[in-house]
Order: sequence, then structure tokens, then C-alpha cells
Amino acid sequence: MNKNDTLVKTLFVGISLCLVCSVIISSAAVGLRDQQKYLKQKDQQSKILSSAGLLTNQKSIEELFSAIEERVVNLDTGEYEDSLDPKSFDGKKFEAEDYSRDPLTSIKLTTDVDISSLKRRENFKKIYIYKEENEIKAIILPVRGLGLWGTLYGYLAIESDLNTIIGLEYFSHKETPGLGAEVDNPRWKSQWKGKNIYSSTGEIKIEVIKGLVDPESPEKKYQVDGLSGATITSRGVSNMLSFWLGELGYAKFLNRLKEEIERKESLNV
Amino acid sequence: MSKSREILLNPIFNDNPIALQILGICSALAVTTNLYPTLLMCIALTAVICLSNLVVSVIRNQIPTNVRMIVQITIIASLVVVVDELLKAYDYENSKTIGVFVALIVTNCIVMGRAEAFAMQNGPWLSFLDGLGNGLGYSLILIVVATIREFLGAGTLFGYEILVLTQNGGWYLGNNYMVLSSSSFLIIGLFIWLLRSWKTEQIEEPEYRVARNNLETKEAGTRV
Repeated sequence: MNKNDTLVKTLFVGISLCLVCSVIISSAAVGLRDQQKYLKQKDQQSKILSSAGLLTNQKSIEELFSAIEERVVNLDTGEYEDSLDPKSFDGKKFEAEDYSRDPLTSIKLTTDVDISSLKRRENFKKIYIYKEENEIKAIILPVRGLGLWGTLYGYLAIESDLNTIIGLEYFSHKETPGLGAEVDNPRWKSQWKGKNIYSSTGEIKIEVIKGLVDPESPEKKYQVDGLSGATITSRGVSNMLSFWLGELGYAKFLNRLKEEIERKESLNV
Repeated sequence: MSKSREILLNPIFNDNPIALQILGICSALAVTTNLYPTLLMCIALTAVICLSNLVVSVIRNQIPTNVRMIVQITIIASLVVVVDELLKAYDYENSKTIGVFVALIVTNCIVMGRAEAFAMQNGPWLSFLDGLGNGLGYSLILIVVATIREFLGAGTLFGYEILVLTQNGGWYLGNNYMVLSSSSFLIIGLFIWLLRSWKTEQIEEPEYRVARNNLETKEAGTRV
């Protein structure tokens, strides 16, 4: 028998190899954690800024982001939830499987309302507000929903009339490159600017249609061109907007905010 | 040609891991839609294969033969995790798209194949060179595939627009087949064809031939 093949030697090599490897892996993971976290945060901040059209090359992302106000919203009441600190609030944690099973922080969605295949909806969301001279210029709402291969995560920015879209930006998705992944195409994204969400009766009208928007159509201000070859992704985008802008999404918050803005305007006049 | 030179350069054309040994084509299909992530993937794989060959070769005389594969895979997996962490820390944007494929380097047949076939029998320096050579051989194919796919599929190279796509207001209608993974099969197939037309010694003997319908066989003769 080979001298290496004894039981003692096998165990010795196995255990020492595992020890060495685990030390290397854990030091890499721990040593790089801060750098990874920093890049991840910067990436999300840049998406938040770019959804609201605030991203410019002149200023750094940190500098631009410092002008953004973060608030936590209770989706059931539509009020700001001041008991949760937006700085330490981890929106992702409220979406994670184990956390969102907690009935105190999330609700189960029945299949008829769960158009974006979310299964559960968290009760609290961190939203971002951009103000200029104390006046709201943009509200940035995180949205998510199922596309073709997986969940798309993104930010929807709307103007202070709470009806006009500024932009829609995804920071994470698994769609097919060249087809569904065209949600990242700047040309496609630029169409969102100026589109309206609600009709005059308050119905959610915004949608990604199949094919191109007819420039003559009276509905064109609610419509965005479909992504060619990516029908399911396009439908996913429409569904996620209808869900998040609807009653189970931000509708209560948006209605309350609208009243607040109108009250403020009437005071100013 | 000196031995080390031969070990380094042979896997590029003469003994290419993808084109001749048909190993590791899974990632060649998956990451090659764009050149930049492909390049990162090539660097990641080359780094892993060089280091795994080196480490395996250094400890080869201590590895018990009955658990050698487990030892190799442990080393490879650890290296892959480190590379993945590095990628996340320095290029978050691209780690989102190729992260899963970097993690799958563990199962890349080339890495394990070289550790088992070369590094277990050779010294550290030669093993390192062998890893580098095979990494470059792999990279060559991936870069060729990615160049063709990105150019025909999206009209760009490294993200720079060369053919303006119709969806961006230009004239070029992107080839959607090139965007899908299966197009890599076609390109790798064409590459192998070209390579074997140039280096005819790589052509494999057919495993069997179907007999011709020939009347002049003995049996046919006796019947007539």
C-alpha cells in the first residue's frame, strides 16, 4: 500500500486542507466585505439617481445622493413610518423569504391580486424623495416583479403631480441579453419620461404594449413600446407597475401625499 | 522547442481544450454574448487553473490517491470562491451578470482535467505553465466566439457601437440568434472545422463506416 493511503494520512491531509482553505476563503470574504458593500450601495444609488434623471458626470454619486431624502412608508396606512430608521432599514431584508413570512411585516397575496408573482408583500418600503427648495421634485419608489427568468428589481421615479413618470431603472434582473435585458437599453428607457400613470378617473393605465405605440392614438401617453422578442418581460413590467401603483402598492401613500401637497399649495396661495 | 515552451503554447492551437478535447464548453456558451464579461471570465478561469495546477502540483506527493479528486475539487472550489469575492469587490456591475458562471468554474472540466492529468504528475513550474497555456487556449475560443456574437448580435464591440441597431435608430437589425447561447455551438463548430482544416492531424478517425451497397461482394456474387 502506498504510504499516503493510510487512514491517518488521509484524515490528516483532508483536515489540514479544509482548515487552510477555510481560512483563505473566510479572510477573502471578510477582507473584501466593506469594499463589496460599498460598490453595491453605490450601484443602487446610481440607479436611484438615474431613474429620476439626476445622474450627471459633474458630481460624484455620494454628493448627488446626499440631496436625496430617505423615508420608510407603511403601505397599509400610507403614512411615513418614523419608528423605522431609513438609514438602517434594509428593504431587501423585508423581501427575503424568511423575513417576509412574518405576518407583522408582510401580507400574503392571493393569486388573483398577485399579478407580479410576489407571493408576499412587505408592509414597509423605503422610498426616496428629491426636493429643491423644500418642494418635492421627484419621488422614487422601489418596484419588483417577475419577468421571464426571475424577478426584476428597479426604481420608478415620478414627478410631484404623482402621475407623470420621470424614469424607470432596473438594478437587478435575469432577463435574456438582447431581448428582455433591453429593459436596460437607454433608448427604450427614455420613452418612460413624461408618460402618465392614471387616467382622469384614477384608473391605472400605464402599460408596455405589444409592438410600437401609435403616435396618433389618444392612449399614447399611457403606453410604452413593447420589447421586441420579449413579450413576457414586457408584460412583467406592466404587471409590476400596476401592482405597485395599485391599492396593495403605493396607492394609499400617493393619495395621502397628494392631499398633503395640495394642502400646502393652497396655504401658499 | 523547449519543453516548457511547448507546454505553454501547445494548448493554444495544437491541443486546445475546447476545440480538440471538447472540454469546458458550457461556460463558452453562457458568457459570450459580450466581450467585456467574456474577458473577465477568461481571466478568472486562467487564474483559477494556473493556481489550482500549482497548488495541486506542490502537494501532489502528499495527496492520498484514494481521495485525490476530493482534494483537487476542494482546492479548485476555494480558489473559485476567492476569485468570485474579488470580482464582487472590484467590478460589481459585471459580477452581477457573470457571477453565477464564475462560481461554476468549479465544475469546468478543463480545470479538474488539468489538475488530474498534468499537475498530479509534474512539477510546480511546468504545471503552472500548463495551466496558463490551457487558460489561454480556452480564452482564445471564448474571445473569438464573443467577438462574433457581440458584433452580429448587438452591433457593438466592448460596448462601443459599430453597427447602429434599428432600435437605436440605425440600419442594422441585430441577429437575435447570436444573442442566444446556442449560437456558440455554431461558432465553436466552425472554429473546429477551420482549425482542423489547417492542422489536419487533429481530424479524428471515424469510429465506424456504413458498408456500401456493393454488388461485388462475395455473398452477392454467390446469389447471382
